[in-house]
Amino acid sequence: MSERLSVLKTYKLFIGGKFPRTESGRSIKVADASGSVVAHTCRSSRKDLRNAVEAAEKAQPGWASANAYLRGQILYRMAEMLEGKRDELAAAISITGKVGKDAALAEMDASVDRLVAFAGWADKYPQILGCHNPVTGPYYNFSVPEPTGVVGVVCPDEPSLLGLVSLVAPVICSGNAVVLLASETNPIPACVLAEVLATCDLPGGVVNILTGLRDELVEHFATHRAIAGVFAAGVSDEHRTALEAGAAENMKRVQVLDLGPDLAAGFADDSAMESPWVIEPFVETKTIWHPVSS
Amino acid sequence: MTTFQEQDAAAVTKTSAAGPGRSPALEFASAWDYAPAPETTKVEIADSHGHYIGGTFVGAAKGGTLDTLNPANEQKLSTFARGTVADIDAAVNAAREAQPKWAALPAKERGKYLFRIARRLQERAREFAILETMDNGKPIKESRDVDIPLVAAHFFYHAGWCDKLKYAFGGAEPTPVGVCGQIIPWNFPLLMAAWKLAPALACGNTCVLKPAETTPLTALRLGEIFDEIGLPPGVVNIVTGDGEAGSALVEHAGVDKVAFTGSTEVGKKIARAVAGTGKKLTLELGGKSPNIIFDDASIDQAVEGIVSGIYFNQGHVCCAGSRLFVQEGVADEVIAKLKIRLQSLRVGDPLDKNTDVGAINSRPQLETIAKYFDIARDEGLDVFESSCELPSIGYWCKPSFFTGVQASHTVAREEIFGPVLAVLTFRTPEEAITRANNSPYGLAAGVWTDKGSKIFEIAGQLKAGIVWLNTYNRFDPASPFGGYKESGFGREGGMQGLRGYVKLGGDR
Repeated sequence: MSERLSVLKTYKLFIGGKFPRTESGRSIKVADASGSVVAHTCRSSRKDLRNAVEAAEKAQPGWASANAYLRGQILYRMAEMLEGKRDELAAAISITGKVGKDAALAEMDASVDRLVAFAGWADKYPQILGCHNPVTGPYYNFSVPEPTGVVGVVCPDEPSLLGLVSLVAPVICSGNAVVLLASETNPIPACVLAEVLATCDLPGGVVNILTGLRDELVEHFATHRAIAGVFAAGVSDEHRTALEAGAAENMKRVQVLDLGPDLAAGFADDSAMESPWVIEPFVETKTIWHPVSS
Repeated sequence: MTTFQEQDAAAVTKTSAAGPGRSPALEFASAWDYAPAPETTKVEIADSHGHYIGGTFVGAAKGGTLDTLNPANEQKLSTFARGTVADIDAAVNAAREAQPKWAALPAKERGKYLFRIARRLQERAREFAILETMDNGKPIKESRDVDIPLVAAHFFYHAGWCDKLKYAFGGAEPTPVGVCGQIIPWNFPLLMAAWKLAPALACGNTCVLKPAETTPLTALRLGEIFDEIGLPPGVVNIVTGDGEAGSALVEHAGVDKVAFTGSTEVGKKIARAVAGTGKKLTLELGGKSPNIIFDDASIDQAVEGIVSGIYFNQGHVCCAGSRLFVQEGVADEVIAKLKIRLQSLRVGDPLDKNTDVGAINSRPQLETIAKYFDIARDEGLDVFESSCELPSIGYWCKPSFFTGVQASHTVAREEIFGPVLAVLTFRTPEEAITRANNSPYGLAAGVWTDKGSKIFEIAGQLKAGIVWLNTYNRFDPASPFGGYKESGFGREGGMQGLRGYVKLGGDR
């Protein structure tokens, strides 16, 4: 009898809470340090991006109107489910051989902790970013932060999981929906994370995950008119320019994090990455006036 | 004024009694016969003006000059320098040189300069109000009671922030951005200068300000105040001119942040120009703001709100309530009362303190407004215009509104920037919200109803940066201003307005 053949996992996209293949039928090889192929992932097309944006647009208003306590609990649930996949995700982080086992576990733990931090922010950031304004005249005047809408997230190659979680958590914490492009060199952790998202009570479509090539997709993130903002880190100057120039068409809010040359260290900095000022780029301040009289 | 208001109120009451839908002919004959009451204070205006660079007024490098007119009589007020790349370069260099010293001042000392500016503006308020009205065409009662007091208040408010920035950005260390290039429009010339300069200076930045080409005079006179109060040279530089100076400022490598208020079209060009340069950007752009009147609103108050929403400042207001949504049951009554109210607006000499609607700022803007009248007529819309007489010289437009407007009509979609209102009707709150939000713009919105929980529900659902409930067109330095969607990004005023003028960790 021959040895049992293992069942390999097929890595697909995550759109609207479902796991479709790319409509393009194309795939990308993911290799380990020795160069041998360890997995295939989808090479998403512009059409996949459009489908993901459509799903995000559908999901966003409901997510935004969910109360802050509930959003916080769902983010916490996400952290719980992530913790449950600790070994699988650590293995996914180190699958390409660039990140050692200990570092992968540390990145995994930091990702869980980051989600916990933003779970706690969900019902507090409006108190930091909003306020009552003492205007001259008989008016009650206050400012509240509201979500921007559908936000595109372009993840850095490394850290493959912590980078993604750090960019997504602050954006969804305030009621935005996300369409993200995973690390190009190691998209496997993003694909595993999709399984976490599918089982953590997060409504389908709030986070949508694409794998593929920045060279192909960045310009479409920049120009898609239903994307209201783009959050990125670790992109080339060329892609940054493309994002900012394309964004002009519908006045997208673009935030490219500058974390210095050592991205892993930058993302590991809790005080910078867990600040309400990471939430702030993708909220809109709404200021409301009402007369006061008897 | 009292007599006039009483007659006005009496006229409105009479209409209510006559029932909605009827617009009785009103006889204002005696009420109109006020003696003219123009400002008598003389304002000296020099024949020519140079740029204000490095603390001194200098002539144009080689760009020649432009004229600025009084739009109410088409008379030339003065000549001013037309800025070029060389002038912008000199101004940016002066700002660069001044910036480290300005930022290094003890914060409280920096604040004292801003307090001084505010005080000196208050002392010279009358002169600035008159000059603003002459250069811009807005009624003196607006420049005197709104623009200039708000300018002083804006500097006063931000003066106090200088030594408190760390509390505005809890947990983060704010540092100045550097040199700010700021381009402002002609509708609130000095107020826009204050909105740009005060927060920038408070946060330790230095500035190059480019006023609009039809309204440079009050900004230049602000340069005089900077001299009087001893502001260090180069902290604020003012370069006048047209689009050439504006482009040069946006593109200058020595500028760290660009702030622009103006049209969405130009805003998009600027966004493309700064893409990839690492410059920070805030944009306050156009609008087509909805003003929603429910059948349970106080109708008389709502009609006043419509008037201040669209006829304030000749409708040259980016947040103007230019799309009126009236609930069907009260549409006839609202329109009838609005007609009466339009008839009572006094259009004419902006320097007359009884004037409600002044002159259109320039001939090109008058032509733009006229174009929209043509389009509306071609699209079959009914127009109601005030029957007021217009002066024979100057640029004027009668306060007007279009009825029977649908979302697809051009005047319901595009910003006109004139005293022209599009009137639409709706049935349910859901319909009002959907249609109000159906615009690429998202600057402001108005809601009128006496139902408390309903008004906050609607306010929550409108995609707009400023929502006025049972009021419209209120401004305050403590109140953040700025839009959603294609109305731009960033806020001006309030604590949130400081964000565009500081760097926090993670900012490029």
